[in-house]
Amino acid sequence: MRDRAAPTTALVPAEELKSHLPGVEPERQLNDWGRSERIEGIFDRTVAEFFYRYWFRAEVEGIENVPAAGGALLVSNHSGALPPDAAMIAKAIREEHTHARPLNITVEHFFKGYPGFSTLLPKIGCVPAHPANVHRLLYDEDQLVLVFPEGRKATEKLYKDRYRLRRFGRGGFVEAAMRARAPIVPVCVVGAEESAPVFAQVGLMKRLTGLLYFPITPTFPHFGLLGMLGYLPAKFKLRFLEPIHFDDEGMHEDKALVQTVAHEVRARIQEGLWDMLAKRKSVWFG
Amino acid sequence: MDSSRILITGLSTYWGGRLAQALERFPEVEAVIGVDNEEPSVELERTEYVKVGAQHALLRRVVEAAEIDTVVDTRLVVDSATTSSSKAHENNVMGTMNILAACSGADSPVRKVVFKSSTHFYGCHTDDPAFFDETMRRPQQPRTGIEKDIVEAEASVNEFAERHPDTAVSILRFANVLGPDVETSHIKLFSLPVVPMILGFDPRYQFVHEDDVVHALEHAVKHRVPGTYNVAGDGVLALSEVAGLLGKPYAPVLPPWGTGLATSVLRRLGVEIPPEALEQMRYGRGVDNRRFKASGFHYQHTSRETVMKLGEHLRIHPVVRGAQEPYRYEREVEDFLRWSPHVKNTRDKQVTALSRDQLAELQRLLTSFADTAGMDLDRQPAADRAAEAERRAEAAEEAARDAATRAARAEQRAEKQGREAAEESVRQAAERPRPSARPVEHYDDLAAEEVIALLASLEHEDLQTLRVYEREHANRARVLSAIESVLARGGSRV
Repeated sequence: MRDRAAPTTALVPAEELKSHLPGVEPERQLNDWGRSERIEGIFDRTVAEFFYRYWFRAEVEGIENVPAAGGALLVSNHSGALPPDAAMIAKAIREEHTHARPLNITVEHFFKGYPGFSTLLPKIGCVPAHPANVHRLLYDEDQLVLVFPEGRKATEKLYKDRYRLRRFGRGGFVEAAMRARAPIVPVCVVGAEESAPVFAQVGLMKRLTGLLYFPITPTFPHFGLLGMLGYLPAKFKLRFLEPIHFDDEGMHEDKALVQTVAHEVRARIQEGLWDMLAKRKSVWFG
Repeated sequence: MDSSRILITGLSTYWGGRLAQALERFPEVEAVIGVDNEEPSVELERTEYVKVGAQHALLRRVVEAAEIDTVVDTRLVVDSATTSSSKAHENNVMGTMNILAACSGADSPVRKVVFKSSTHFYGCHTDDPAFFDETMRRPQQPRTGIEKDIVEAEASVNEFAERHPDTAVSILRFANVLGPDVETSHIKLFSLPVVPMILGFDPRYQFVHEDDVVHALEHAVKHRVPGTYNVAGDGVLALSEVAGLLGKPYAPVLPPWGTGLATSVLRRLGVEIPPEALEQMRYGRGVDNRRFKASGFHYQHTSRETVMKLGEHLRIHPVVRGAQEPYRYEREVEDFLRWSPHVKNTRDKQVTALSRDQLAELQRLLTSFADTAGMDLDRQPAADRAAEAERRAEAAEEAARDAATRAARAEQRAEKQGREAAEESVRQAAERPRPSARPVEHYDDLAAEEVIALLASLEHEDLQTLRVYEREHANRARVLSAIESVLARGGSRV
């Protein structure tokens, strides 16, 4: 098949394109990403509320580092079979921040192709982790976006490797933030590793079920799929670090700079994690 | 209007017919010529139909003979349920190549090509962006026949664009079209008592209303918008939301695994879901429509409004079905209506649609009109003449406006008073210097039809002058009513 570039469409300045964003239709319950205020509200009042307040008894510091307006990219460490950290970060911003802003959580493309997840995840504010999606959210829609640069490597890692950050991909998240000129807010989460420890990964079962991974946790697979929600009541601590700003245009084209910043963000999160772990007296009570 | 001599390929398709109807209404468009293998499916006023398929040698002769400056290709098949895959391939890939071949060459009169494509170009996959923009490639190779065809057809259009940098090539990628008149697989699915879905999936959909499709093609003909553009209404809906707007329950009748098997069972039951639609029912698709908006296009409907319009139509359709006879093309009748010298009343009906001969006649009359206007002032020195003419024109315009407002006000009063006032305003207007002069040379010799044919080309003031003159002299009711209607239309345009 011939592969040719599309004819050059007249270059429209990004600012002008921003002004052509579709307007909000107030009668709708879903937004263009498929997010449902109603379902998100139900999820927030029940599951998230229960885990945030009573099960994990989350503690938050540095919430003021999350900007009250404009796009910002939150970067966090990640863990667990069905990671609870994303929902807790979203809940923390909703509960503690002066502006309860919605958080867009980037998830693997895999979920879009898996029945059930495909319906539910977009409704509660998850978007597929595509650079174009992140850019549109950050630049055009001035939203908060949460990414886990470790990706699958983090959720596959076993309990013995807890709180050791995996490689940060190719720094795509830094590039996205620089292109949108949105600040990066590093986030450290402590407690998620102990709440959903993974003891082993079963490759054969992963292939048979078509799932992203097939972990052995205290409650999965012997309690079925819901067992993935069977978290242990570890104490959650979240720390939002100082934002890193990118004010110059065209920074994203400097690959070396992108890599340097990615390493820097990773180092800050790792450092924060060691610090929090050192101060933690008990896994369960904090 | 950027184009004046337009060739529409695929005239018998829904889009070709609708676009021809839209374009022939513009007086600036000199010629609309439609080609297709099959006869037109809608009633057309002055579009000429030539029965020729995608044979490039024949097409080239048509293009050159008619000095076509714009070619609009509306033929692309984007729904595999409508025809067999080999026919679709023949039409989409070979047909496009042939049509482009007919437009190529250094001596070709074609300056613009508008190609109707589809957002099926992007396909549907798990690793898609939520909003495709025009610069993005599809992440995976196309899997279904229609998608392959579209990618290949666009590749040849792009190749043509590269070779002909002076020709403006616009590719418009349309999202799923909905509307009362068009027929697509998705509309058939939405017409079912329940909206079928794949269990566990709630895909995102974007729609465009059929009228917006025609307007978008029209926009690309009227303006010069080279490049590729997504055309889709604002807003991306979830399929469950669509079902809600249609007022129907949704049924996850298709299993997430073994969907193909279930689809073939459904086909036996009479519900056809083509493979590209099935992909969409699983993964969905959204596109970024902002670039076309930035080119100056305004959508009349959002995705949501489009679905709601369809819902209204689906509810009313069983009641009004069969009320209208479908149009049938009869070559002899169409030829008679277009070319016979005995056809009279079409001129009355279509004041703006003038034939070439009429246009030439008009030109002659207008020149003589200008001459008479000049001759009145012959005695004065040339330098003053222009200023004097301008001053007089202004005075006449003001008086005319005065008379018009007065007449309008008069109409609102009681009938008796109204008649008096109208008479007075006519008297006043008659006192002005211009109206007593004949507005057009040989005006009195013209038949009523000829005068009416002339009206569309005249300015507002001239029309008012003409009205007064006509009232004083021949006072033909037909001419007067025609002037009134042209004036009224002109008023609404301003």
